Amino acid sequence: MKLPPFDYACPTTLPEAVQLLATSNGDAKAIAGGQSLVPMLAFRLAQPSLLVDLRKLPDLRGIRISAKGVTLGAMVRWRDIEDDERLDTAHPLLKAAIAHVAHYQVRNRGTVGGSLAHADPAAEMPGIAMTCDAEIAVVGKSGAHVIQAADFFQGALTTALTPDEIIVEIRLPAWPAGRRWGFEEFARRRGDFAMAAAAVFYDQDANGKAHNAHVGVIGVADRPLRLPAVEDVLNGRAIDATIIAKAEAAASAAVDPQDDIHASAAYRRALVGTLVERALKRAAA
Amino acid sequence: MRTVNSLIGSPIERLEDLRFLRGRGQYVDDLARKDMLHAAILRSSVAHGRIRSIAVAAARALPGVHSVITAKDIGNRVPRVPMRLQPLPDFEPFGQPVIAETKVRYVGEAIAVVLAETAAIAEDALGLIEVEIEPLPAVADRRASAQDASLLFEDKGTNLAIKFRAVRGDAAAAFADAPYVRRESFRTQRHMALPLEPRGLLAEWDAARGRLTLSGGAKVLFFNRRTLAKQMGLPESAIEIVENDVGGGFGARGEFYPEDFLIPFAARHTGRPVKWTEDRREHLMCVNHAREAECDVEIACKRDGTILALRGHAYVDVGAYMRTNGAVGARNVAQFMSGPYRIPHIDVDVALQLTNKTPVGTYRGPGRFETDFFRERLLDMVAQDLGLDRVEFRRRNLVSQREMPYQIATITPFESKDEFDSGDYQTTLDRCLDEIKWTEKSKLAGKLIDGRYHGLALGCFIEGGAAGPKESARIVLEPDGLYSVYVGSSAIGQGLETAFAQIAADALEVTIDRIRGVFHGSTCYVDDGYGAYHSRSVVMGGSAMLDAAKNLREAIRAQAAQRLGCQPSEVEIVEGSKAVGPGGKSIALNGLSSEGISAEGAFLNKKHTYTYGAHAAHVAVDAKLGHVELVDYVVVEDCGRIINPLTVHGQAIGSVVQGLGGAMMEHLVYDQEGQLLTGSLADYLIPTASDFPNIRAIVMGDHPSPINPLGAKGAGEGGIIAAGGVMANAVANALSAFGAQPRELPLTPTRVWELAQAPRK
Ligand SMILES: Cc1cc2nc3c(=O)[nH]c(=O)nc-3n(C[C@H](O)[C@H](O)[C@H](O)COP(=O)(O)OP(=O)(O)OC[C@H]3O[C@@H](n4cnc5c(N)ncnc54)[C@H](O)[C@@H]3O)c2cc1C
Repeated sequence: MKLPPFDYACPTTLPEAVQLLATSNGDAKAIAGGQSLVPMLAFRLAQPSLLVDLRKLPDLRGIRISAKGVTLGAMVRWRDIEDDERLDTAHPLLKAAIAHVAHYQVRNRGTVGGSLAHADPAAEMPGIAMTCDAEIAVVGKSGAHVIQAADFFQGALTTALTPDEIIVEIRLPAWPAGRRWGFEEFARRRGDFAMAAAAVFYDQDANGKAHNAHVGVIGVADRPLRLPAVEDVLNGRAIDATIIAKAEAAASAAVDPQDDIHASAAYRRALVGTLVERALKRAAA
Repeated sequence: MRTVNSLIGSPIERLEDLRFLRGRGQYVDDLARKDMLHAAILRSSVAHGRIRSIAVAAARALPGVHSVITAKDIGNRVPRVPMRLQPLPDFEPFGQPVIAETKVRYVGEAIAVVLAETAAIAEDALGLIEVEIEPLPAVADRRASAQDASLLFEDKGTNLAIKFRAVRGDAAAAFADAPYVRRESFRTQRHMALPLEPRGLLAEWDAARGRLTLSGGAKVLFFNRRTLAKQMGLPESAIEIVENDVGGGFGARGEFYPEDFLIPFAARHTGRPVKWTEDRREHLMCVNHAREAECDVEIACKRDGTILALRGHAYVDVGAYMRTNGAVGARNVAQFMSGPYRIPHIDVDVALQLTNKTPVGTYRGPGRFETDFFRERLLDMVAQDLGLDRVEFRRRNLVSQREMPYQIATITPFESKDEFDSGDYQTTLDRCLDEIKWTEKSKLAGKLIDGRYHGLALGCFIEGGAAGPKESARIVLEPDGLYSVYVGSSAIGQGLETAFAQIAADALEVTIDRIRGVFHGSTCYVDDGYGAYHSRSVVMGGSAMLDAAKNLREAIRAQAAQRLGCQPSEVEIVEGSKAVGPGGKSIALNGLSSEGISAEGAFLNKKHTYTYGAHAAHVAVDAKLGHVELVDYVVVEDCGRIINPLTVHGQAIGSVVQGLGGAMMEHLVYDQEGQLLTGSLADYLIPTASDFPNIRAIVMGDHPSPINPLGAKGAGEGGIIAAGGVMANAVANALSAFGAQPRELPLTPTRVWELAQAPRK
């Protein structure tokens, strides 16, 4: 489990970084917090010829909050989100979800951009990106563009990024006051990747009916999922015990998990229902 | 206040801790030598196959690579890893070659050793070795093994290594007219000891003197030296094995593994020091696995709950080879299925089935964890059937103090007879029930409170200790009047230096600061030693120490008598610092001898000590998540005379945590191709600090063992042994509304959720 040989570069500008990635035949890799990439190297699952360290790129840092929403620089660490009190109101769902990521040491280093690019199907940040219709801003040799979260995640550890592209930031739409939300996760041990998790939110009209419902789950497919079938159950309804029970059933019916060494498919299917149910109970409470 | 003879039984802080807490521990990986080569080992990625070719030229050509060793380089016959315990001739054909010769039989088996200037280069070179293996059908579990369709050893014609049988009384007759019989099948999963420090070795060959020094030894250095001497054609005296600080053993670390030959061989082969540090992935697939057992058993009882007999079959998946202590777990599954209970008639056999998986060995509480799960589950089912209280049912059947020594089932083919030495098994049960507040908490059993079902359970266990035949110790009165203590036991993190310093100081009637140090493990300190396994170090080494202290005091008296001009019997040693003769004439011990006075001692023993106790658990189960929260856990054990209550307490807590790991999460999962699917700690789950915060341990010392002069019994395994059975019974109790009966470990979320899928009663 010693790392394979590679070259190392630590550019100070974004164009320079893109240039390094673009001229290495797709064989170079960006490195951010290293919390996913370094284990991959140690297991020799990845053997890039060049590591391009993003830590000196100034444009990739910082959490910006405006009327348009919350923007997280790619190099924002879990720890930064945890420590930012503005997010308690600006995006409580994000904050609740990120509290479940890994352990203290990993949270000090792991980054938002790294998590999105790594695209683990059970990771929280991609789940929040999907649930919230986030936009992911990237820069590559052909310039800057924006990828919708729904188009970004293409499979386990697979994204729409090309080898020369760097994630610059992720933009989460504004979070209105009074929005109802819940986040529920179950992992076998504290800090482990989720067996599954559910993120839900909806807004309420004057009559107490839900609209704009968003329901997302992680850990049950090769990528984070939105569950429109569950959202349909919620929209236009008052969220009471009956609706929650329907949503639970709809969530279980909407996913098609596989057996793996940690859980059976049947269990995961039921688990997703339970987590959606519990998240909705929290939202409605 | 007494200043001497007050240490045994005192909760003194570990002498080792100061060193460890200041970062001054020295593990084998901390060592470096000039000109040292690093070894990396190419391991089979195929579970079962015939080696067609191994091409090493490209690896050898990589800059920084010194050489590559394969079976061809070893010599005419590749040595086998021997059996250390139960070395029956039956096992010989199933011995493991230290490097694969013609076949590979498990994923992880060593095929080639690369020696290079750095560990990273050595690992790079592994990727350049081309091995052609013709795959054979993998034997992935004990059922496939028993079919003998694909054979690990073709010329043997069977995958059955051996069958042991545990017999007491006449089970067939007892079953013939039993009023109540229940038959059940249970299964425990393959898991492992997993010490945090993986293995490591540093071998140095001194060609001029023909001497080998091997650092990184642990547990059983003298046996390993004998083995290595034979394999390398060296006299034992030419080999020194050095024990460094060891980051945990738990039965697995320190046994003789293929690398224990390959690394010293590489040092002699290259003429340079060679170091090898196992990585975690290797550790998971190469160190002894354990605990994969199944049983199909019947119990016969009277209606009043008196157990009459136990019979049936057990099966242990022993992996690809029989090596070192690989038969112990299986033997214990059969011999200790009756646990601390009086079962007059027993007939249980156990089949040791070979499979294409990592070979097994002992892991803390070997065989006992498995068999206690089987038995304690069965007892709860019987109590339910017969409408008996779980506690009273157990109480009625515990072996009583009057029956000591109590003869347990005998194992054939090697006629291993055994008996419980002493104790009052009711007292630990009483104390355990008291501590967990059994009566009060029983009201919660099966209740749904705040979305979680509460469950309560208990179980009783015995823990064997004090394996013979012998242990040695030596104490030296140094010229400066301090004492140095040398033992043949090994330190694997159990606080040995502290315990031995306490024993020696009391035996010498000195304060602990007069003990200069406790030197252990390495083969240069005493002539012979047997090491650390079967909860034996303190019992055997400590008893040997008493003998050495007695002999040393005699030697001191004899020497002083000469100087004082009197008879040795007239000399009295006062506070371990001066010898006083008739008429008060005295001589200080620090001036007694310029080269020091040394005395040896030994303890020989064929009997075993039996620590005993009880566990109780209170759990709260979220049935929809399948999550089990441990609300409270109590272990009470009586381990005879307690040397140090602090260290014993620490051992008990750690032992419970490991037991809970085995009960709830640890699982080495293989697929049908014999591939290990849990190759990292992301997938092989062990308990972490936040998983089981509520564990309590109470250690009693009311019943010293009559079979050794210390009165000590083994300690450190009791906390693990009953954990699987007790947790499963607690979950069954919590989910009783669903008629839940766990028959398999670990209690994963999926399994617990499945148990709650039946319609609620
Ligand atoms: C023990 C442990 C437990 C963990 N548990 C969890 C958990 O519960 N939930 C969870 O979500 N994660 C978990 N993680 C993963 C952790 O959150 C990682 O930090 C994260 O997934 C990757 O972030 P990183 O900054 O470390 O990225 P790196 O490891 O540096 O990189 C990961 C990948 O992203 C690419 N990359 C990085 N930054 C960019 C960028 N700006 N643009 C384009 N590509 C980029 C790299 O090239 C690489 O392919 C765990 C990790 C560990 C070690």
